[in-house]
Amino acid sequence: MAEKAILYDATKCTACRACQVACKNWNELEAVETINRGTYENPPDLSPKTWLKMEFREVGNNGTLRWLFTRRACMHCSEAACVKVCPTGALYYRPDGFVAIDKMKCTNCGYCVDFCPFDIPRLDVNRASGLGERVTKCTACTTPGLNRIDNDALPACVKTCPTGALTYGNRDTLLTTAEARVQELGGNARLYGKDEVGGTHVLYILDDSATTYGLPQDPKVPAAATVHDVLKPVGYAVAGVVALGLLLNVMVARARIITREEEK
Amino acid sequence: MTNHWIDIRNADRIMIIGSNAAENHPISFKWVTVAKERGAKLISVDPRFTRTSSKADIYAPMRSGTDITFIGGMIRYVLDDMQKLTPTERAKKYNMTYVRQYTNAALIVNSAFKGPADTWTGLFSGYTPSTNGTPGRLGKYDKSTWQYADTNTPASEPAVSSNTWTEWEDLNPNCVLRLLWEHFKRYTPQKVEEITGCPEEIFLEVAETYAESGAPGKAGTIMYAMGTTQHTYGTQNIRGYAILQLLLGNIGAAGGGINALRGTSNVQGSTDMLLLYHLLPGYLYMVNENEQTLDAYLATAKKGRGIVTPQGLAGDKSAAWWWYNDDDPNSKKYIVSLLKAWYGDNATASNEFGFSYLPKKTSTDDYSHIAIFEAVAAGIIKGMMVWGQNPAVGGPDAEGERKALEKLDWLVVTDLFETETAAFWKHDKAYDGKLPPAQIKTEVFLLPAACSYEKQGSISNSGRWAQWRWKAIDPIGKARPDLRIIDELMLKLKELYTKEGGKYPEAITKLYWDYHTSGDYAFEADPNVVAKEVNGYEWATGTPVTSFTGLKSDGSTTSGNWLYCGMFKADGTNKAKEHDPVDRSLNQIGLYSGWTWCWPVNRRIIYNRASVDLDGAPFDSEHPVISRVNGSWQGDIPDGGWPAINEAAPGSKFLPFIMHKEGVGHLWGPGVAEGPLPEAYEPWESPLETNLMTGVPNGTNGRGTPGFNDPCCYVGELGGMNERGTPDEFPCVGMTYRLTEHWQAGQMTRNHPWLVELQPQPIAELGEELARDERIKSGDTVRVITARGSVDAVAIVTPRFRRLRVGGKNVDHIGVPWHWGYTGLSTGISPNGSSGNVLTPHVGDANTTIPEYKTFLCRIEKV
Repeated sequence: MAEKAILYDATKCTACRACQVACKNWNELEAVETINRGTYENPPDLSPKTWLKMEFREVGNNGTLRWLFTRRACMHCSEAACVKVCPTGALYYRPDGFVAIDKMKCTNCGYCVDFCPFDIPRLDVNRASGLGERVTKCTACTTPGLNRIDNDALPACVKTCPTGALTYGNRDTLLTTAEARVQELGGNARLYGKDEVGGTHVLYILDDSATTYGLPQDPKVPAAATVHDVLKPVGYAVAGVVALGLLLNVMVARARIITREEEK
Repeated sequence: MTNHWIDIRNADRIMIIGSNAAENHPISFKWVTVAKERGAKLISVDPRFTRTSSKADIYAPMRSGTDITFIGGMIRYVLDDMQKLTPTERAKKYNMTYVRQYTNAALIVNSAFKGPADTWTGLFSGYTPSTNGTPGRLGKYDKSTWQYADTNTPASEPAVSSNTWTEWEDLNPNCVLRLLWEHFKRYTPQKVEEITGCPEEIFLEVAETYAESGAPGKAGTIMYAMGTTQHTYGTQNIRGYAILQLLLGNIGAAGGGINALRGTSNVQGSTDMLLLYHLLPGYLYMVNENEQTLDAYLATAKKGRGIVTPQGLAGDKSAAWWWYNDDDPNSKKYIVSLLKAWYGDNATASNEFGFSYLPKKTSTDDYSHIAIFEAVAAGIIKGMMVWGQNPAVGGPDAEGERKALEKLDWLVVTDLFETETAAFWKHDKAYDGKLPPAQIKTEVFLLPAACSYEKQGSISNSGRWAQWRWKAIDPIGKARPDLRIIDELMLKLKELYTKEGGKYPEAITKLYWDYHTSGDYAFEADPNVVAKEVNGYEWATGTPVTSFTGLKSDGSTTSGNWLYCGMFKADGTNKAKEHDPVDRSLNQIGLYSGWTWCWPVNRRIIYNRASVDLDGAPFDSEHPVISRVNGSWQGDIPDGGWPAINEAAPGSKFLPFIMHKEGVGHLWGPGVAEGPLPEAYEPWESPLETNLMTGVPNGTNGRGTPGFNDPCCYVGELGGMNERGTPDEFPCVGMTYRLTEHWQAGQMTRNHPWLVELQPQPIAELGEELARDERIKSGDTVRVITARGSVDAVAIVTPRFRRLRVGGKNVDHIGVPWHWGYTGLSTGISPNGSSGNVLTPHVGDANTTIPEYKTFLCRIEKV
């Protein structure tokens, strides 16, 4: 199967944020209650209810002022730290290269959150009960039941983009398109994601350095993550124990709730 | 739009001024982006650096309300350049054939004409100020000296055409081209910087870059919106664009034109259909009280519309016969067909087709939004229906308009949600001079309306395309389509007038009102029937008329709107429902003529005969709109199917601007209220003491000073609630606008959780220098104050707002979106809902009375 990718051309993006809303719409994510903190940007951060967020940056002033927009969502790395550290295989590579989630396997360990060089995954855990929706992030619209990709539909964000800043297709083809576009733009233009962390499946066309756009200049899979990789088989064994423990946890918690209710 | 959305991709230069297209018309940027990929240069002119500016090749800051100075400076740049070049260079850089043949550049104007360059009062000849103190216009012009020297067969200046002139002095001193120069030569780059605050070098870069679209074969488009129109001289702002575009040969060309980006999806349709007080459907004149007969009405149409034949042009005839050409004029065919559509069998030759049933407007009263609310405040209007509008948020001086609503006996609001207008009385206690709810006697009815997905019908987009939309889901609850509400209301009115009589009941009882069919529409109006009535049909047979050339003045045809005649095929097919995805235009310039239908007669680019030379060959062979090949036209539907001018016989060489009596584009526009050329006036509330162009000082009276301000602008009173601020008290320039994330007065978006998440609270944007002076930080709650009221909002301090140097003083802008109110999911911070319109004044444009929402005086403080 050919590797797929999403190409984000920041030089064509007007930050209308239709992608941000379309993501919530398709993936059935609730709105977050927000306040204005003195910026157009909102919500303040990615969360279990926000998998894609547009960032706004003002660079320079007066004659040199630029207003730069960046997409913040899972990069779908080829060498994904999250997959490497995941002890249970809940995070895994699809054949098309996107990093998907099998929620049934997730134990809420949080390693993926700690190790992601782009700071993307978030845990949706009820801190009192220890229960929750598990790890959350952009799945490139491959979530079971909401799977657009395997039904020959474009990712929701790409589908809604009015300016053509977002496109979807074979990674090879997009790389060729992107390289031509970078040539055409000249100056400081560059392609981001071609080789970073083994090559990402969300590619960026930028007209300035990655750091200017708030992206890590040279993202690396943390060394410790590789250790996890080695330990993975052990992890599966541990996962069994953890699952058992969780089950106990749930039963105990449930028993407590029932007791409390009876006390009322 | 003269052109259409897709056509933006054909432009070589795009100037977005008075518009924030990326934020308010996001999809337009699909085509702007394609044009840029082709190498087009994008220019953004705006007081604030917007998401549009972020994508521009050149961003030019300017003080809000100084568009005429900016564009006037560009016009001067082009005229100056034309003079400096040798005739050969000139013909290479500018399309002189176009300027000579298709504009009134060469025509000679009345020698008694005096302009601001002669008078130094900022005024043109013929001005009379109105009596001080009464609501209404500051003054009025007698336009007789603005006309051509010979109004029947205007002579033209031969030297303009010879292309041999090198000095303006070679030309007749009263020819339009020279008068244009005399007027605009004052608009030097230095003057532009002094008045607009745009640094001279940036202005010159804009002028030079945009003027490159003047070369034969190149095209430049101007995209504008409410930032242009919502000024006391909004019409003259647009006139400035028209003059520039005509000088550069950009009207009629693919990738050219003057493109009004309409503020809602069907604004174009609503103006076409008559939701303007001064027009009937299809832009026919509204009837005046002194036109009591059809003949009297047509005589008025004839007066301003006779054919004139400009002498000395190669084209020797106007084609302005659209309105009044002979004894059986089109204007008569259109109005009779309209009356027949409305009154059916009750419209006969013997009763002038029911002409007497039409309401007539007085010659003195104004019926614009501003004037209507004054009449409500004065207790003249007792009942009001507000339909799909929310004036309590969207109206100028919104608190004043809310206060006016207290005077109504009854108010009907039709909307998707309970709007601020419907809830105008629902404040907890009296504040800001408003009555406590218990003392408000107005009876309010709220009719729930279906939204666009819950009904079928057509919308007409900015490009004049009528597109059918089908129903996706049933309306929720008791919500109903607007058409059903109107139908039931009208049937009930007819019943009541028939039973009980009343004042002149025939106007209602004689209406032909039959829109029910079968199935879903057995008991409610069928939009398909309405669409067919709008198109028109043979009264006897019901067969659709397929072009307005088929309309008759004898009552045998109907047409609810002659411009839409042709939307139906004779077999009853509605072309607005057809979708041919193949672009069959010449060189695939993106006309997509089989994708729905556009007025007039599916012409996708109007004035398109100005895109070809006298032989009918396209000036731009890469993007040909039409082309004359072997004696026939190919491409778009030409603006009149006559032969190319050089091909035609003497006496039938028709010129391309068919709606003008002289057949050419108006560099000189003698019909506009405040002058044949735009002149730089200050906003009603200006930070300056003196108009730096005219030299006229700001007077001290509260109504404005002719020559400093627009001499014909409308200044309202609203029951004493229209105070005018001074720069001493209110040193900053305020402006209102919309954000991508919200829509108009916010009914739909402020009730939508995902959009409220993106923009949860009202904001006030300001620059870093002002913020430092006022000790304001981003995220602080601030109060923006004008003479009319104040709103609280969250501050966004940003380098996107920069301090401008204007006339030797610093000017800071403060921006306040107007979306917020006091109902819905997201409401304002102050109890008045924090709409930017609490701040705006009740003053309007000299021609249209559109309110001056875009510039006023204010100050800001931390709460």
